[in-house]
Amino acid sequence: MSTSSLGKDLVGLEPLSAEQILLILDTAEPFKEVSERAIKKVPALRGKTIVNLFFEASTRTRISFEFAEKRLSADTVNVAAAGSSVSKGETLVDTAKNLEAMRIDMVVIRHGASGAAQFLGQRIRSNVINAGDGKHEHPTQGLLDMLTLRDRFKRIKGLKVAICGDILHSRVARSNIWGLTKLGAEVGVCGPATLLPRQVEELGVTILPRIEDAIQWADALNVLRLQLERMEAGFLPSLREYNRVFGVTSERLARAPKELVILHPGPMNRGVEIDSDVADGPHSVILPQVTNGVAVRMAVLYLLAGGSPDWAAGADGPPREERGDR
Amino acid sequence: MRPILIRGGRVIDPSRGGDGIADVYIEDGKVGSVGRDLGSPDEALVLDATGKIVTPGFIDLHVHLREPGQEDLETVATGAMAAAAGGFSAVCAMPNTDPVTDNQAAIGFIVSQAQRAGKARVYPIGAISLGQKGQQLAEFGELVGAGAVAVSDDGKPVVSSHLMRTALEYARTFGIPVADHCEDPTLAAGGAMHEGIVSTRLGLKGIPAAAEEIMVARNILLAELTGGHIHLCHMSTRGSVDLIRRAKDQGIRVTAEACPHHFTLTHEACEGYNTNAKMNPPLREPADREAIRQGLRDGTIDAICTDHAPHHYDAKEREFDDAPNGIIGLETALGLALTELVETEVLTLCDLVNRMSTMPARIFNLPGGTLTPGAPADITISDPKAVWTVDPNSFFSKSRNTPFAGRRLTGRADVTIVRGNLVYQRGR
Repeated sequence: MSTSSLGKDLVGLEPLSAEQILLILDTAEPFKEVSERAIKKVPALRGKTIVNLFFEASTRTRISFEFAEKRLSADTVNVAAAGSSVSKGETLVDTAKNLEAMRIDMVVIRHGASGAAQFLGQRIRSNVINAGDGKHEHPTQGLLDMLTLRDRFKRIKGLKVAICGDILHSRVARSNIWGLTKLGAEVGVCGPATLLPRQVEELGVTILPRIEDAIQWADALNVLRLQLERMEAGFLPSLREYNRVFGVTSERLARAPKELVILHPGPMNRGVEIDSDVADGPHSVILPQVTNGVAVRMAVLYLLAGGSPDWAAGADGPPREERGDR
Repeated sequence: MRPILIRGGRVIDPSRGGDGIADVYIEDGKVGSVGRDLGSPDEALVLDATGKIVTPGFIDLHVHLREPGQEDLETVATGAMAAAAGGFSAVCAMPNTDPVTDNQAAIGFIVSQAQRAGKARVYPIGAISLGQKGQQLAEFGELVGAGAVAVSDDGKPVVSSHLMRTALEYARTFGIPVADHCEDPTLAAGGAMHEGIVSTRLGLKGIPAAAEEIMVARNILLAELTGGHIHLCHMSTRGSVDLIRRAKDQGIRVTAEACPHHFTLTHEACEGYNTNAKMNPPLREPADREAIRQGLRDGTIDAICTDHAPHHYDAKEREFDDAPNGIIGLETALGLALTELVETEVLTLCDLVNRMSTMPARIFNLPGGTLTPGAPADITISDPKAVWTVDPNSFFSKSRNTPFAGRRLTGRADVTIVRGNLVYQRGR
């Protein structure tokens, strides 16, 4: 209900400015430490009620949000709703309005339809956070990827990041493209032509036709999960061929001109888009991504609730004298 | 029946190339005479049309009236009233009702509902295939006998080239066109909007222009093979316009229609997941919109139609992927055409009347489209300069699904006359 420095909702990185993205990343820094404490809790969102509304199965994202909420002392409820089709019952807007009638403060939504988070945000007063909507955006994933890159390289500007795999169906790819380009990184996309969206270069990215091109070009690879149903839909002949042509393998990485940092949003298909020795290797930041996910989500929740980045270090809640100052 | 004298309007009749200030006298449901300073008997209703245009009534070759089956969205009566309010004296109703209009009883039902309503004429279009299932031909002879003016499986493309071939051949017997919704279903499967930069950004599955053009090309080839008359519904792409232009140059019996939304909007209208911009065929790119305009100008596209597709408020208040396709158009078509085509000098007023009345009548072989004395008195009086704001709550249609709410338009219908009867008069 508050209008924060990020606006009411976080539906994607496309609508955010570079300053807003940096604000989230900077706010996440002190929250990293909270998760390292023996008592992993600060009172910043005490008394706030947050609903995690997941219309699609998710383990990592849902748990990460839930940890972020609990470590900020919010009260949380998880709603796992099946399917989005009307034939299955209540409409999205009815579900949300019923939840809101119970006086909640925030909704974290994961939904199979692109635009679902924005749709919801325009119809309820609570803050809405997009935890992945169809093939559109997954902004907190994009943010945690950027935070992880910044940890490793100490900068985003000028970095060359290649996003590899199924760009067409990937909300992670879109959020990465928007976030990274806004912060001055160069973004390449690499995948079979069947899985590149139409006119994707107009989003300001370079098309890298072969995985070898990406490895030559990039400072970091963000390797996307290949959904196994893409074979049935005729986009690809086989997993085996995908691994042979587009797989990120240690043999291929050995020919890189520099050591590449490897990201993956998970869950991984080992031996398909990424080989195990790469995923588990010294340049993989896949587990730090997961750790950063909690800090980034704490930052987003905190900022949307009206929190100031200046208090985030203590995260003890707003000092009295700053109230109403924004 | 009371005679009507329409006095002092600019009378535009593309069927005779006429365009000038004149009176129009109507008696016995027919155009009596057109000329200067006509007298009239005392009992005649006199309509002052000074500053207005007087034209043959507009004819919409493509509407969905939802009756039978979805009377909560529209009925023949409400659709015929909305048509009259939009300046249409006749509309052609597509057969994708529930049950499908694929037999003479169903056609007869539409005809009788239209007669009962007594507003715009409603001509039923019969299904090509039984149940629109794309397998067995419907009984064209009986459909035509009961009042059908064309056949179409609109809403669904005719997937089988064999079925389209036999439909075109068989329809020749009855002198009716076969109208097709041109779409390759395998390319369009799951698509929610045009495939392009906007679908890429929004993460929505796109429908490439080629999905339409492949079927346009196929249908043209089958029209050439069979000598049948193919009518291509709601053309939306530059490639389609090019294909039709070439086919017409070769003398193939192809006609085509286009909708106001396709000459007005582009896929950018879908930004923000605006479900009132979701339709099939989808809104395309600026170059496609321009090609549609040029096609209307040079006659490649014969007719302007609305593809009036009522949907309930709730149905559009939904995730974009799940929302149904289509918008209503009967009460905005004339304003959009005048604003987007005439004000911009793509078409002259006479060209526009030709595309909205004379040509639709000619290609579907319907009465109307002319002010020749003795012709049925289906006449529209429009104010081409009236500036108004689209307010869906004022529509006669039962539905409100339009992307044009709040849009300022120039020009609208004031009076619609059908068979010599005043069926609509603004403000009355």
